[in-house]
Amino acid sequence: MSVLINKATKVICQGFTGKQGTFHSQQAIEYGTNMVGGVTPGKGGQKHLDLPVFNTVREAVEATGADASVIYVPAPFCKDSIIEAADAGIRLIVCITEGIPTLDMLDAKYYIDKNTDARLIGPNCPGVITPGECKIGIMPGHIHKPGKVGIVSRSGTLTYEAVKQTTDLGFGQSTCIGIGGDPIPGTSFIDALTLFADDPQTEAIVMVGEIGGTAEEEAAEFIKDHVNKPVVSYIAGVTAPAGKRMGHAGAIISGGKGTAAEKFAALEAAGVHTVKAPTDIGKGIAEVTGW
Amino acid sequence: MNLHEYQAKDLFAQFSIPVPTGGVVWNAEDALNIIRELNTDRWVVKAQVHAGGRGKAGGVRLVSNKEELEAAAKDLLGKRLVTYQTDERGQPVNQLLIEETCNIDRELYLGAVVDRSQQRIVFMASTEGGVEIEKVAEETPEKIVKVVVDPLVGIQPFQCREVAFKLNLSGAQVKQFTQIMMNLSDMFTSCDLSLLEVNPLVVTKEGQLVCLDGKINVDDNALYRQNKIREMRDATQEDERENRARDWELNYIALDGDIGCMVNGAGLAMATMDLVKLHGGSPANFLDVGGGATKERVTEAFKIILSDENVKGILVNIFGGIVRCDLIADGIIGAVAEVEMNVPVVVRLEGNNAELGAKKLNESGLNIIAAKSLTDAAEQIVAAVRK
Repeated sequence: MSVLINKATKVICQGFTGKQGTFHSQQAIEYGTNMVGGVTPGKGGQKHLDLPVFNTVREAVEATGADASVIYVPAPFCKDSIIEAADAGIRLIVCITEGIPTLDMLDAKYYIDKNTDARLIGPNCPGVITPGECKIGIMPGHIHKPGKVGIVSRSGTLTYEAVKQTTDLGFGQSTCIGIGGDPIPGTSFIDALTLFADDPQTEAIVMVGEIGGTAEEEAAEFIKDHVNKPVVSYIAGVTAPAGKRMGHAGAIISGGKGTAAEKFAALEAAGVHTVKAPTDIGKGIAEVTGW
Repeated sequence: MNLHEYQAKDLFAQFSIPVPTGGVVWNAEDALNIIRELNTDRWVVKAQVHAGGRGKAGGVRLVSNKEELEAAAKDLLGKRLVTYQTDERGQPVNQLLIEETCNIDRELYLGAVVDRSQQRIVFMASTEGGVEIEKVAEETPEKIVKVVVDPLVGIQPFQCREVAFKLNLSGAQVKQFTQIMMNLSDMFTSCDLSLLEVNPLVVTKEGQLVCLDGKINVDDNALYRQNKIREMRDATQEDERENRARDWELNYIALDGDIGCMVNGAGLAMATMDLVKLHGGSPANFLDVGGGATKERVTEAFKIILSDENVKGILVNIFGGIVRCDLIADGIIGAVAEVEMNVPVVVRLEGNNAELGAKKLNESGLNIIAAKSLTDAAEQIVAAVRK
């Protein structure tokens, strides 16, 4: 078993015929993801990558039974696309796009939480992958390997580091969830940890955080009470100065809050095995599990 | 993006939020002209910089005649103001805001942010305005009143009244405060703000509420739809290299070390800086080249890194993802050749075709060292810079 997605997951792509949508859908199909179609308003009825194109998400869901959607539409239109997917009954919405206005995300998240059971991953994230079964997003499939480590991360390429290390050591991954670097993510660390804690395939968890906000501190509290599996954590940004936005909209230390030191301390107090070098994540898993 | 105080107050005025009468000037002559339109005996002269702590740093002056005004203007304009929130070089003072003074009875605090944990806009208010509000929040959190704004219905007058009464306002002040807070909330969403502070919000001896200072941060991601605000950007308040990087959609932040870093991905870029430090080095910058590490972008990134004369070596860390590493290697080799690199470059490539990429780098005949791993890369660059 894995979390969120597997071989049976039927995936559509919003922004299907655009450059990003085309490229990454092709990659996903090659990986073996069960892509069943895509949505580009005005291009309904056409074929793209041998798959049907629909005008609306609702039509796509009715015709294909899709239960997941990946969004590559430009940032100004993402609020609309996310809400459209949720409204059409999509269960898992993965938004890859970066640069979405924070207040748009605030509205979109509010709508989803109030009106639907959908889960949103991202935005500004690499996506979700269950190795060997289903890849939704922009991550390089070949570095993954089916296995027993659940990985959750706020950062894209830093997730790949954790993936590669756990692959090289032979542990593999159950599912990898990139929750994204924005201030208002659809899925939090706690949401992802809850999924991994309940998943029999996941035997250990890697949590990769970064400076800014208090999501890691909240996750630490949650781990203390609700997670019985070993957790290894790395936090990026020890050297980052206060008041500077480090690329991710969420990665900014403000008012002395959200520093890496505070996050490491909170995680250690919760019994999490922390590593101070991004190169030690795999080694950390080996140490806590005895593998 | 940050706004100047005078820009923030212009926005306040547009949303019918009371601010002192005054005007912004770029030279001493205009400063003398502007006071003719002001109705008080004394005026306040405020240096316009993107940093707090101006008062303690001498950036805010009280003057009562033309001579004092002229002296203050000449002293402040063109100088760099160093406050506890700036670096040691300080921020350039190009404009002054000159305002009427008022008779202050009480100083309140009113602010709003997007609260990440609650995923809502949250207003904060306190009777302890004017002082360092972070200190109040830390030492006496009970003195901060918080109000959460519902995204569907927006802020409601009763929420503002509740705050007003907790701030010990009474009579007409309650009504005035409610109007101010409602309008600020309207402004927050219409202008895509990420932070808003009125500190202090003063109650005058005459019983009026006035926003004596204003601080605004605008969500960069929303600037595409905020045409008027986008034009308010003051590039002189920002790092020149950071601005140049932005033109190339590179994310660069200057630091004070000597090892330049070029990485794809913000998280990995921070992690790389941390690793350099862990191996005894000191990073000169944060630089995220993003997904498309093409020759043009890498060349520009090298130029920006090298414009910092402290840089003694460069560490490039690219996790190739879907793009093949041998293609990235070609781009790096081309860029190193083009910028006439005079410092050692250590490159770590990971992902598809990483070995072929490393081979190309090693055989390039340029001052490029291909690292075997990320740890190896950090060790090599630290050693190379120490030499």
